[in-house]
Amino acid sequence: MATAHSRAAARLTMSPAVILLLGWMLIPLVMTLYFSFLRYNLLMPGTEEFIGTLNYQYFLTDPAFFSALFNTLALVGGVLVLTIAGGIGLALLLDQPFWGRGIVRLLVIAPFFVMPTVSALVWKNMLMNPVNGLFAAIAKGLGLQPFDFLAEAPLSSIILIVTWQWLPFATLILLTALQSLDRERLEAAEMDGAGALDRFLHIILPHLARAMTVVTLIQTIFLLSVFAEILVTTNGGPGTATTNITYLVYAQSLLQFDVGGGSAGGIVAVVLANIVAVFLMRMIGRNLDI
Amino acid sequence: MARAATNRRMLVVTLIAWAVGIVIFFPILWTVLTSFKTESEAVATPPTFLAFHWTLENYSEVQQRSDYFLHFWNSVVISVGSTLLGLLVAVPAAWSMAFVPGKRTRDVLMWMLSTKMLPPVGVLIPIYLLFRDFGLLDSRIGLVIVLTLINLPIIVWMLFTYFREIPGEILEASRMDGAGLKEEILFVLLPMAVPGIASTLLLNIILAWNEAFWTLNLSASQSAPLTAFIASYSSPEGLFYAKLSAASTMAVAPILVLGWFSQKQLVRGLTFGAVK
Repeated sequence: MATAHSRAAARLTMSPAVILLLGWMLIPLVMTLYFSFLRYNLLMPGTEEFIGTLNYQYFLTDPAFFSALFNTLALVGGVLVLTIAGGIGLALLLDQPFWGRGIVRLLVIAPFFVMPTVSALVWKNMLMNPVNGLFAAIAKGLGLQPFDFLAEAPLSSIILIVTWQWLPFATLILLTALQSLDRERLEAAEMDGAGALDRFLHIILPHLARAMTVVTLIQTIFLLSVFAEILVTTNGGPGTATTNITYLVYAQSLLQFDVGGGSAGGIVAVVLANIVAVFLMRMIGRNLDI
Repeated sequence: MARAATNRRMLVVTLIAWAVGIVIFFPILWTVLTSFKTESEAVATPPTFLAFHWTLENYSEVQQRSDYFLHFWNSVVISVGSTLLGLLVAVPAAWSMAFVPGKRTRDVLMWMLSTKMLPPVGVLIPIYLLFRDFGLLDSRIGLVIVLTLINLPIIVWMLFTYFREIPGEILEASRMDGAGLKEEILFVLLPMAVPGIASTLLLNIILAWNEAFWTLNLSASQSAPLTAFIASYSSPEGLFYAKLSAASTMAVAPILVLGWFSQKQLVRGLTFGAVK
């Protein structure tokens, strides 16, 4: 039984964390909201004035916004599908007994620890570069024309880079979940004549549902704000081909110094993220008991 | 017969698994190899794999050109500092959530998690302007504060899931023996919670080390951690593959080794105990 004394102590011990987070969330958010109704450019100090919803009208009717929205969804969706599908495949593979399993496991999880700026630069220059990159060398060796990945398929290239970063995470979680599967059930199903596909669809996949939910949740949080990979590879280009919402707002505020317009974009990003969050939280509430 | 079949199957799986593992690891391996080449060998066609003139030149040049150790130290200060500060705030909070859960504990936890979904760009401008006005731009202390705040929800969650597994009866027993709140935390809870706190520490250092939104936007040169230091290599001057590789290897190696050691705690910690 918690006493009144310990309740008070509990409230006291929780308050620093709650107050800090509340402050971190509310103060800047209120400021962003306020700026979003102003004409406010850092290059023209002293000209700030209230302009109502004009910033929003500009931001939401800007064609760059729609392509950024599409790019954001394509990036999140593409990476989620690839990492979960690839992660299930890899987990099934690494779950088999074979020689050197521990080492292969270390090799597979390694990309997760590589910082985004490093993986982006390594992929951009040393692998994907159409003149000096390794892929170009391989293509030439096979008598093919080198492909300029970041110029001709920029968004897909970034999806590939980000997938490489997150595949280890998905694999590791799905593998851990797979290892808690009751082997006897699989054997019993095999005895009853269930084929490999049947066993996968009706026993393994449902068992992995919870892990897939977790992977989706955590990756979405990080993937919605992919930034460094875009900054160091394409700067959002060519054109706006790889500009996601995060990058669009960054460009507007810190490259064009348009605080008002950038703030409106920031608020739009928050609203969009909240839509995704509500959806995700519901899914988690159903799949996890907390 | 059966054994031969099992062996053959194991051989096939071994070959496939190693091939896949090497393909996934290859970009890192290639970077490490290139870091020991000369610039002209780094872009040679066809590429050389192992038979090249090994040199350490690039490493000393990276240090001379862009002061690696300064940025390495910045990364250490920022990632370790923000994690310790976060733990200081989060340990008491997670303790009370796990042992004295109220009606709203679950809501508070969910709310904390939801703050992680707030896209950083939503608060980029005010933070940037506040930092400018308080002279915190390009300062380590500023980055420590921001990284503490963005990782706080994760730290609270991780600790909460570890603490929740400590049996409450032990605390009650110590309370019966007359232990006060302070003794309870110091002598009963902490020793049992140390493994959980240690994994939380490790995982958050890794997350903070690799954080690349705030570190890129709020640092310039003096306080730049390795994430931003590497980004300065994105505009190449002349031949630079070997130097880029050396810089990348030095940026990644420390945390990769730490990550390999923490792989057992990784899944549990990052999924908040939902997958074990």
